[in-house]
Amino acid sequence: MSFDSSSFGGGADGEDAELKAFLAVEGQKAKFQNQVHMFTDVCWDRCVDKPSNKLDSKTETCLVNCVERFIDSTLAMTNRFQQLINKQAGQ
Amino acid sequence: MDSFSSPPSGGKLDSAQRGQIMDQVKTQIALANAQELLQRMTDKCFKKCVNKPGTTLDSSEQKCLAFCMDRYMDAWNTVSRTYNQRLQREHNKM
Repeated sequence: MSFDSSSFGGGADGEDAELKAFLAVEGQKAKFQNQVHMFTDVCWDRCVDKPSNKLDSKTETCLVNCVERFIDSTLAMTNRFQQLINKQAGQ
Repeated sequence: MDSFSSPPSGGKLDSAQRGQIMDQVKTQIALANAQELLQRMTDKCFKKCVNKPGTTLDSSEQKCLAFCMDRYMDAWNTVSRTYNQRLQREHNKM
């Protein structure tokens, strides 16, 4: 989801700074929620076996670790990718 | 640079109009979020609960779907909390 704040007026005089700020915050929240959907999708497959009447602590721990390691993986891959790009650019 | 950004009517937004826009935006985002959740949840729970689709949705399948839905929302909340805490930690590092 993306919002084009330029279509809501505002501009140099900053008269709709309030609306602009509101849209920026809401946009961030929407991004966050979309990210949570994506993580839940991935980690549900890894962590949840048969749904029972409660989310047990083992599953809960697995979900927490899954999210943390997914983010770690993203950072690690991004760093390495960046290094490869830099190396190629240096050649 | 700002030549395209004036409001359509040429007038300023009054605070009621601004409030209306904000409410609409919030409602639309909430709706999109609920749709996304329902769609993903249905996909996951169908896979978990309806292994061999029969002529009806039998009672054990329905029970499984109900459990699955509740657990999926638990999982969503756990993930949301974890991600939020991680963002805070990363933010504090900077």
